Amino acid sequence: MKFGVVVFPGSNCDYDCYYVLSEVLRVDTVFLWHEDRDLQGCDCVILPGGFSYGDYLRTGAIARFSPIMTSVRDFVREGGLVLGICNGFQILLESGLLPGALLPNRDGHFVCRYTHLKVENTSTPFTRLFSPGEIIRIPIAHHQGNFFMPSRDLEKIKHNRQVVFRYCGPQGEEDSGFNPNGSLENIAGIASPDFRVLGMMPHPERASEEILGSQDGKKIFLSVIAWLEENRRGRH
Amino acid sequence: MKYCGKIVVVLKPGVFDPQGVTIKNALHTLGYGEVEEVKTGKFFEVILEAETEALAGRRLQEMCDQLLANPVIERYSFEVEGKQ
Repeated sequence: MKFGVVVFPGSNCDYDCYYVLSEVLRVDTVFLWHEDRDLQGCDCVILPGGFSYGDYLRTGAIARFSPIMTSVRDFVREGGLVLGICNGFQILLESGLLPGALLPNRDGHFVCRYTHLKVENTSTPFTRLFSPGEIIRIPIAHHQGNFFMPSRDLEKIKHNRQVVFRYCGPQGEEDSGFNPNGSLENIAGIASPDFRVLGMMPHPERASEEILGSQDGKKIFLSVIAWLEENRRGRH
Repeated sequence: MKYCGKIVVVLKPGVFDPQGVTIKNALHTLGYGEVEEVKTGKFFEVILEAETEALAGRRLQEMCDQLLANPVIERYSFEVEGKQ
């Protein structure tokens, strides 16, 4: 089992993801350079947070044309697992691998703090170890995390259960006071129709050790590991 | 022949524009109470080589569709001018 963390010019959470996977979870992990096309046989590709290409034009808009993204697109077509975190989520949206867009935050601020999330779908490879409706704590750090899509698309992704995480209060309250950025219906993360691609604004790699205040993010990576172990057994 | 495409990208109606709201509030603070709304957008000048103005326009439209505007939240318009 192998994880790959893509490094774009301006990525700054790549080492955090690499550290959690290789040092905390002890799984084989490699960096994937944006100019390469070889995914090196990875079973799961992580698009980390940061400011790829300086956020020029629109967040994620230029990263989408990196050579590595051509391979990531093929990988998705073959059913590979891709997790986009923060700027990685923005790249997935600009690439058309997930629907919608991320606008500047409602209040115009960069928001960096812990948020509570409700796990809305536990059937995905990324969330299978959570219980349905579980409330977890994972931090956010972004200026453009205000999820938006036309209402007909929103109905479609809700119907397909593609909404995976919603911002909420400590008891699961979903009112706008617990919405840190103005996201449509408090959406914090969505998946592709087959649940193999997940994009989320919160940073699970920053909540993977007790010393950091939460280990809820680790469960996302552990879910992927469990899914890959099971799937691999099924294949052979 | 050289052409210059002047491209304006703006947010679609109904897409929240926090920069526009902030600028409007600043204008109110300055005493321009009559300002009802401010919309922000992007402006590009793209100089390109093309055989005719129509062909230049076609290329510019492709550029807008593929990169310069995000069709989920933005719309664009452009003018093509001959450049000496």
